[in-house]
Amino acid sequence: MALEDYKGVFIFAQQVDGELSNIALELLGKAKDLANDLDEKKVTAVLLGDGIQGLCDKLAEYGADRVIVVDDPALKDYRTEPYTHALASVINEYKPEILLVGATAIGRDLGPRVSSRVHTGLTADCTQLDIGDFPLVPVEGQEQKHKQLLMTRPAFGGNTIATIACPEFRPQMATVRPGVMQKIAPNKGAKAEIVSYNPGFEENNCYTEIVKIVKEISEIEDIQDAKILVSGGRGVGSPENFKILEDLAKVLHGTVSCSRAVVDSGWKPKDMQVGQTGKTVRPHVYFAIGISGAIQHVAGMEESDIIVAINKDENAPIFDVADYGVVGDLNKVVPLLTKKLEAALAQ
Amino acid sequence: MKVVVCIKQVPDTKGGVKFKPDGTLDRGAMLAIMNPDDKAGLEAALRLKDQYGAEVTVVTMGLPKADAVLREAMAMGADKAVLITDRVLGGADTWATSSTIAGALRNLEYDLIITGRQAIDGDTAQVGPQISEHLHIPVISYAEEIKVDEKAKTVEVKRQFEDRYHIVKAKMPCLITALSELNDPRYMTPGGIFDAFDKDVTVWGRNDLKDVDDSNIGLKGSPTQIAKASDKVKKGAGEKVVPESDEAAADYILGKLQEKKVV
Repeated sequence: MALEDYKGVFIFAQQVDGELSNIALELLGKAKDLANDLDEKKVTAVLLGDGIQGLCDKLAEYGADRVIVVDDPALKDYRTEPYTHALASVINEYKPEILLVGATAIGRDLGPRVSSRVHTGLTADCTQLDIGDFPLVPVEGQEQKHKQLLMTRPAFGGNTIATIACPEFRPQMATVRPGVMQKIAPNKGAKAEIVSYNPGFEENNCYTEIVKIVKEISEIEDIQDAKILVSGGRGVGSPENFKILEDLAKVLHGTVSCSRAVVDSGWKPKDMQVGQTGKTVRPHVYFAIGISGAIQHVAGMEESDIIVAINKDENAPIFDVADYGVVGDLNKVVPLLTKKLEAALAQ
Repeated sequence: MKVVVCIKQVPDTKGGVKFKPDGTLDRGAMLAIMNPDDKAGLEAALRLKDQYGAEVTVVTMGLPKADAVLREAMAMGADKAVLITDRVLGGADTWATSSTIAGALRNLEYDLIITGRQAIDGDTAQVGPQISEHLHIPVISYAEEIKVDEKAKTVEVKRQFEDRYHIVKAKMPCLITALSELNDPRYMTPGGIFDAFDKDVTVWGRNDLKDVDDSNIGLKGSPTQIAKASDKVKKGAGEKVVPESDEAAADYILGKLQEKKVV
C-alpha cells in the first residue's frame, strides 16, 4: 500500500428514504476542519442510494467540495453487501486519506465490513478527531509520523478515553458518534463537483432480501436538536409521573428525554434515551431529574452547557457533574418550579 | 443444524478499570464475566437447540483463564467449546481479532454464527461484521428476533435501526450479531455445571488457525495503534444544596436559570 497515493478527506453521506441524515452534515463540518489541517483541502462526500442525485446541493451547502454519487437500484434500502461493495469500490478507485462514517445502526455495520474488505483500521464511535503526530511524543527507534488522524473515543462504558491512530494503512477510518460534531452554517447556493460512479452490482451469497420495513414513527422531537432537555430517570417512579416533566418542558419550550433505566422498564421509547447506548446530547440546559448519574448516562450529556440535577439521594453521582444540584423530592420540587417559571415568564 | 456462538470474557466495568504501564488494559486485575450481548446470542442458539436439536459450539479468544466463560456456556447448555489462546495473538485490534477468529471458524462446520453486537469493554461492535467479511458470508447486525427455515436453509431476522426495523432474509451460512434485548438468558443448571467441568475444552493456538497470515494476527497485524489511553477526567462538580423546603428548592433553581438568562 503506497500511503502517499491516498489523499483527501471523505465522508459517507448517509441517507435514508432519500433524506440526508443529520450525521452526514455533522461529518462534513468536521471534515472541513481536518482538511484545513492537511495539505489536501478538498472535502468529498460519498453518496450511495437509488435516485438520490438531488441531495448533492445540500451536501455542497454544508461543506462538500465534491460528491461521488453511486446511484443504483441495488442501493435503494440499506443492505450490507451492496453498500459495502459500493463504498469499498469508491475507496479503491478514489483513494481517500481519511474516511468518516456515522456511528449509526447503518454505519456501525457498514464501517467494519468495508474496513475488512479494503484492509485498513477502523476506530469505532469517535467523539473527537484531530490531526497530529504519532507517536504523540518522539520514541527512540520509531519513526514519528506527522499529520496523522488521531481518533479519540470513550471505552469501558465511558470509564476510559483512548486515542487511536492508523499510521500504516489507508484510508484512516473512523465511525463518529452522532450529535458530537458541529455542522457548519449552510452556504446557500454553493455547488459541488459531482462525479457519477458505478462499480456494477452482481448478486452473490452475501446479498440479503428485505422482506418488510416497519417504521416506528415517532411524534417526539429529536432530543439531539433540543436546546432544553428535561430528562427523567427511574426516580420519576412511573410512566404517568413523567407528566410533571412534560409540564416543565412545556413552559421552557424544551423536550423530555430519559435514562436507560426508563427505557429498560418500558416507560419510554429508545429514541428518547440519553447515554452511552442511547444518544449524545449537548443542550443549553439539561435537567437530570431522578437520575442517579451512572457513568454511561453521564457520557451522553456531560457536554451540556448547564446541568441541573434534582435527586433525593445526596450521594447520587449525578451531583458530581451537575452545575446546580438540589437534594430534594422531585414530586414536590418539579411542579413548584414549573409554577414559578410560569409566573416569572408571564411578567 | 450447527450453530457457533462467539463469546468474550470481559472485565466487569462496574468494578473500575485498571491499566498496565504501557497504556493497555490490565484485564488480569479486574473481575471477569460473560459479555451480556454474547450471552443473549448464546441463549438464541440454545433456543435453536431446544427447537431443532441444533448443535451449539461456543468459541472464545483470550487468555487461558477465559476457559471459565466457556464452562459457563456449557453449563447453560452449549455442546462444545473452543478456546483460542496464544501469546502471539495478544494486543490484537478488531481487524486482527476478527481475522484470528475467522481462522478458527474455518475449522468448524456451521450454518449460523452468532456474536454479540458489542462487548462492554471495547464497545466497538466491529468484530462480528468483520468476521463475516473474512468468511465471505452475509451478516445481519442488531438482531432482535431470529427465525430459521431449516429446509430452505434461510434465516429471517428482525434487524433494528434507529427509527425502524427491517425483516431481513439471508441464506445460511450467515452471521448474526445479537442485541441483549433479544431474550433473557437462562441460568446454568446444577447438573449442567457438573457436566461442564467434565467436558473437554478444545484449545487452539496460532498453528491451528486456518488460512491466516502471520501479518494478520496480534499486535503486528493490527492496523490501529493506541496513541494514548487514560481514565476519564471528570468534569468538576458545581454547587450542591440541601434546601430547607421544596419552595426554597424551586426558588434556588429559578434563581440560577434567571442568573444564566435561560428565562
